[in-house]
Amino acid sequence: MQLKNCDKCKSKPVGRALAAATCALLGVQASDSLANGQPGEWDVETALLVYSETDDRVQAAEPVISATRNFDGERKLNLKLVADTLTGASPSGATPSTLPQTYTSPSGNGNYDVAPGDAPLDDTFKDTRVAVSANWEAPINRDYAYSVGAYGSREYDYMSTAVNASLSRYLDNKNTTLTGGLSLGIDLVDPVGGAPVGLSRMPIDNNKSQAGFDQEFSATRQSDDTKTVVDALFGVTQVINRQTLMQFTYGISYSSGYLTDPYKILSVIDDTSGANYGGNLIGADGNSVYVYEQRPDTRLKHSLYWQTKYMLDNGDIMDGSYRFMIDDWGITSHTLDLKYRWRMGKSYLEPHFRYYLQSEADFYKRYLTGSEYNSGARALTEASADYRLGDMTGLTFGAKWGYRFDNDRELAIRAEYLLQTNDGDQGFGSLAGQDLYPDTSAAWVQLSYSF
Amino acid sequence: MSDTGFFHGSPRPALKTLRLATLMASALAVAGCSNPGVKPWERDLLADPDMQLTVSGVDAGLDDHIYFSKEASSGGRGFGGGGCGCN
Repeated sequence: MQLKNCDKCKSKPVGRALAAATCALLGVQASDSLANGQPGEWDVETALLVYSETDDRVQAAEPVISATRNFDGERKLNLKLVADTLTGASPSGATPSTLPQTYTSPSGNGNYDVAPGDAPLDDTFKDTRVAVSANWEAPINRDYAYSVGAYGSREYDYMSTAVNASLSRYLDNKNTTLTGGLSLGIDLVDPVGGAPVGLSRMPIDNNKSQAGFDQEFSATRQSDDTKTVVDALFGVTQVINRQTLMQFTYGISYSSGYLTDPYKILSVIDDTSGANYGGNLIGADGNSVYVYEQRPDTRLKHSLYWQTKYMLDNGDIMDGSYRFMIDDWGITSHTLDLKYRWRMGKSYLEPHFRYYLQSEADFYKRYLTGSEYNSGARALTEASADYRLGDMTGLTFGAKWGYRFDNDRELAIRAEYLLQTNDGDQGFGSLAGQDLYPDTSAAWVQLSYSF
Repeated sequence: MSDTGFFHGSPRPALKTLRLATLMASALAVAGCSNPGVKPWERDLLADPDMQLTVSGVDAGLDDHIYFSKEASSGGRGFGGGGCGCN
């Protein structure tokens, strides 16, 4: 009798847990986070994230609302809305210098200065993003389930759309779930001032007439561009034992089109011997030479992801994951993520640690030399000084505290701190005295309420 | 060492942790997979909402977006996403 009862009352929630796992596997964020999904009810998860980087860099506020309508416990519709307001400065890619530096703003309608020794940051950075997504999941029969979804986001200079679908097969009394999924995304990139021609020299208006500058600026621009992303995922979710759940996923992603960051530049450094050795190369117009970055127009990524959840005898839960990523840009990365949920009656405390290690892209260069620039007749076809493509180590420490009023309602607060360190070529001459790889640190706090 | 290698220079202490974690994971996988799965009446603990692989989709979505815009990697757990200029 007990077994029968248990079978009845527990098998559905497990089905939901597995469905949510499948859902997560496919990038559709599992929305029934409290598993409170009673048929005919909306489950709502709301949050406000405040994100802040040090040194007056990016500041963001991001409200989210995610609502899931449960039709019969297995058929579900999830709708999600995210808004994002960003301000602050972003590293331009240029190197610091012993001299004051002047850069043209992305729009071409003005310039900004960076003091000697300071990290060149583009402080014209400001954006608002709104993203919406919808996902539907349902069983096909006893052994199969599917999900379909759509995503769209809009910001001032970027628009993204994507659709995805997946099919899951349950095996061995739902102890094993095999899932295959496909996503197709099309993005439209419409940078402020137009997309720069890759590796062309940034025009600077000092010592020039407005008409001369305008002509030079327009010669460095091309029209807006598109980017397509095709993702495929194959995953296995396996119940190991009464306390352990495991997931393995292989993902492949192919991007093509405009993959360059239109706002990133590289400094050109004088490598001829003399007083300016290691200083900014000065062009014939008397201005420092900077070039716009250029990345390849395709990228193929492979990732392997493994996650395990384990419930201890005392009811606490360990959550560990590892991801290996490799791509044809020469980047490899390792990501380790650990959480421990310490459960205390109605509340819980969950410390979090994340470790990230990345190797640099083949075309990553902290700067170009005058020889490589070769008076504009460059031998290079691709180069980027974006620190996010360089050698990088990232450490995140965080914690979440939550309180469950009942099965439906939860209040939680989460804080995370991220420290990124970069390393690489230390420069030469006067450049060697500059800090070419400043640390990046960021903190974010999130307040959530589910009902 | 080549710039495109897995690691640069000498192994760092954190790598040892990573290797240890991988080893432990493999051991767990081997031990657990010898007879994986449970009977329907043994699903009580797995049914706990905290045992879902993604407990909070909102937390995961926000973090994925942050890391997407600060690192060269994305995806793994789900689709790699995009959807932002992320300068």
